[in-house]
Amino acid sequence: MAKLHISTTINGEPEEFLCTPDETMLDVLRNQLDLTGAKEGCGSGDCGACSITLDGTLVCSCLMLAAEAEGKKITTIEGMAEGETLHPLQQKFLEEAALQCGICTPGMLIAAKALLDENPDPTETEVRFWLAGNLCRCTGYDKIIRAVLDTAADMRGAA
Amino acid sequence: MSGSDNKWIGENTIRPDGADKVTGRAAFAADTSMPGMIWGKVLRSPHAHAVIKGIDTSKAEALPGVKAVMTAADIVDFPTDTPVALGIQDMRWMCRNVMAREKALFHGHPVAAVAAMTEAIAAEACKLIEVDYEVLPHAIEIDDALAPDAPILHDFIEFEGKPSNIAGTIEHTKGDVEAGFAEADVVIERDFTTRPVHQGYIEPHACLVSVASDNKTTIWSSSQGQFMVRAMVGLLTGLTQSDIRAIPAEIGGGFGGKTIVYLEPLATILSKKSGRPVKMTMTREEVMRASGPTSGSKSTIKIGVKKDGTITAAEGIYWLQAGGLPGAPVRGAVGCALAPYDIANGHTLGYDVVCNRSKVAAYRAPGAPIGAFGVECVIDELAEAIGMDPLDLRLKNAAREGTQAVHGPTYPVMGYVESLTSAKAHEHYNAPLGPNQGRGVASGFWFNAGGESSAQVNITEDGNVVVTTGHPDIGGSRAGIANICAELLGIDYKRISVLIGDTATIGFSNLTGGSRVLFASSMVVTESTKNIIRTLCELAAKIWDIDPDAVEWEDGAARPAGANAGQFDPLTLAELAARANETGGPIGAGAQVNTTGAEGGFGTHICDVEVDPELGIARVIRYTVLQDVGRAVHPAYVEGQMQGGAAQAIGWALNEEYLYDKDGKVDNPGFLDYRMPVASDLPMLDTHIIEIPNPKHPQGVRGVGEVPLVPGLSAVRNAVYNAIGIRFNDLPLSPPRILAALDVREAAE
Ligand code: FES
Ligand code: FES
Repeated sequence: MAKLHISTTINGEPEEFLCTPDETMLDVLRNQLDLTGAKEGCGSGDCGACSITLDGTLVCSCLMLAAEAEGKKITTIEGMAEGETLHPLQQKFLEEAALQCGICTPGMLIAAKALLDENPDPTETEVRFWLAGNLCRCTGYDKIIRAVLDTAADMRGAA
Repeated sequence: MSGSDNKWIGENTIRPDGADKVTGRAAFAADTSMPGMIWGKVLRSPHAHAVIKGIDTSKAEALPGVKAVMTAADIVDFPTDTPVALGIQDMRWMCRNVMAREKALFHGHPVAAVAAMTEAIAAEACKLIEVDYEVLPHAIEIDDALAPDAPILHDFIEFEGKPSNIAGTIEHTKGDVEAGFAEADVVIERDFTTRPVHQGYIEPHACLVSVASDNKTTIWSSSQGQFMVRAMVGLLTGLTQSDIRAIPAEIGGGFGGKTIVYLEPLATILSKKSGRPVKMTMTREEVMRASGPTSGSKSTIKIGVKKDGTITAAEGIYWLQAGGLPGAPVRGAVGCALAPYDIANGHTLGYDVVCNRSKVAAYRAPGAPIGAFGVECVIDELAEAIGMDPLDLRLKNAAREGTQAVHGPTYPVMGYVESLTSAKAHEHYNAPLGPNQGRGVASGFWFNAGGESSAQVNITEDGNVVVTTGHPDIGGSRAGIANICAELLGIDYKRISVLIGDTATIGFSNLTGGSRVLFASSMVVTESTKNIIRTLCELAAKIWDIDPDAVEWEDGAARPAGANAGQFDPLTLAELAARANETGGPIGAGAQVNTTGAEGGFGTHICDVEVDPELGIARVIRYTVLQDVGRAVHPAYVEGQMQGGAAQAIGWALNEEYLYDKDGKVDNPGFLDYRMPVASDLPMLDTHIIEIPNPKHPQGVRGVGEVPLVPGLSAVRNAVYNAIGIRFNDLPLSPPRILAALDVREAAE
């Protein structure tokens, strides 16, 4: 299969890669670009472990063709902290023990950030429904939901 | 040890591996690559039960890009008549589970594997492998496997002198149950079933293996025990253990399901054959079809009580699906079922039933939730029958210090009673309920486990600390270790790095499982740290030229013990480390212990549900987990275990189950149709930590992680009964089942 040449922006940096037309964004991130923070939990859009944003919109990178990245801006978990400073969500997840094994964490964080970007003051129910596409088998979600709500409150206070 | 004196034990510190995990840097099993690496793929049986008459791999081998092909002929054979135990596993079954030998025993059973330049070529090559199957009738459900004309899976298994699918039994007896039932005023006997459910870890099995030409083998994989990986790969491939270095990747959930190997021996053989590093990952579909769920079960429970609530006798007979090879968690079912109660006459008996589904693997308190389910449901019904509060009925019969359990042991001091009294007094238990809402309670027990653990604690030249243990950290155990080490040394926990060693860098350590890790690893870390403190005191004594016994360690520094020892300024850890070379050399200590004293754990759950009578959906609206944890070294991760276990129990009770088609193929091998709880399905999960320290542990720790799965199935089911007045004895309580029952009742009214 002839490869396509794709020019895109990943975590603020210009990036080019070659991919076959059927290759997923997740495979290119993980296998070509060494961005293994996005995980493959299912490959079918059901677990959210592969979450990234595409021009600010939350997507499952396992369901996205790599070729769709052309001309777009992608953010992955590797681009969430500002240099040495963790994003408030990352910091809160640590402080409130909102992760156990940590495999769902990159996807949870990307999804939660996309929520707070859109809605800085979500209710518990809104957080639960927004994150319903991100499976976590370890925590029972309690500490994750609290961490997102507490971060939102902190960020509103700081703004 | 009293909580109030502690600076770090009991603190919610930031976990040592935290920053890596929130930034995507932590390397899980599938995240590592190597130069020259190729990809492996497994060919799986399309039949639930078939004799393998021959395998022709020549076409696959000829495909360009294919570097190696393997079958069961490449794996060490363990004859079926000679047991070879490795922990609770038997290599006779493991060698047949990782790759079908004489027979394919379930749909998805590996029959061959290929390594090729790309995953796509490997998958293509798998299609070119020709397997000559003689398809046999299959048996999946317990009743099918036990029917008189059932297809027999293994001709080497006999029960009561006849070929059978019953591979073994475990039984516990105390007193005389018949006499006990005769004394009872009310006896209730019910049949129950639970469906097989998957552990549901989000990270599929994956590994990367490099076998060099001198057989030096490096394995990166996600498992609950790098030493288990080394031993199993050694046994299955014939490599010597000293040639194998098993490196524990970060593990993305296990819950027992990663206590055995699937891909590692195959990748090792493919790497040896191809001369290349080989990476293998399972798809979610492969995980669901071919990695171990826990057993489905059926059981008959009979319990008798007097009018005053005294249980006079209890009996539980269980049948558990083992999957294609023996090994259902019967011990957990028959051992834990009656364990919370002080019962004069008890009998439990469990059967290990082979059937054509993937071989079960451990799942959080293996067997115990199955054991507890029917018992806790019948106790609920008995409480109603004699007009007693269900917590009071449990309290009346609760096991305490000195109780001899039906499964044998006599209990030491423990906090089951406290879990019940705390539940009774809890605001949740006394809160009002709305229409269509109901409340249920249930209790549960898990044995907990000790076993082998190793640790090495080293002081760096700049006076900080590196702790290495041998247990994969699956839920924050490194944070607990940091707290304990900081407490003993009297220094800030941030000065302590906690790492998981590989099989070449740390001594043998048994699995992360059975709720043993913090219990056992804190014992070896405590012993090592105490030895270091002794060394530090000796170094200070040398510097001060006084007797080492006249030095004590306090607040991170050596100090003269009392006025008689002399007047010296304290020497801090950093100061002593800086002078280590002149006073005696590197400072470090290790310990390797077969730990004992892991006493059992008990918990009680309160669950509120609301049932939608139109849709049949039961939603958990409030949940409280109460548990004796001994000592909560890192309370947030203790709560996390309690919450995670409860969530899995809710999934098992309400929705999760394997569905099979008529050909014995799993019909729902993905997260869309195998419905685990998502964030919008659950409420906050409240926890109530009870701390009755384990007297046999330096910090008082008891295992925590397993217990919270045990009571949940019945707590949910009892709540549904309380909401709509229908007692369901078959799980899951999915909307179709609830609707059907409501319809039946309506038709009868
Ligand atoms: S891997 Fe993309 S949603 Fe699961
Ligand atoms: S922390 Fe393990 S899956 Fe979420």
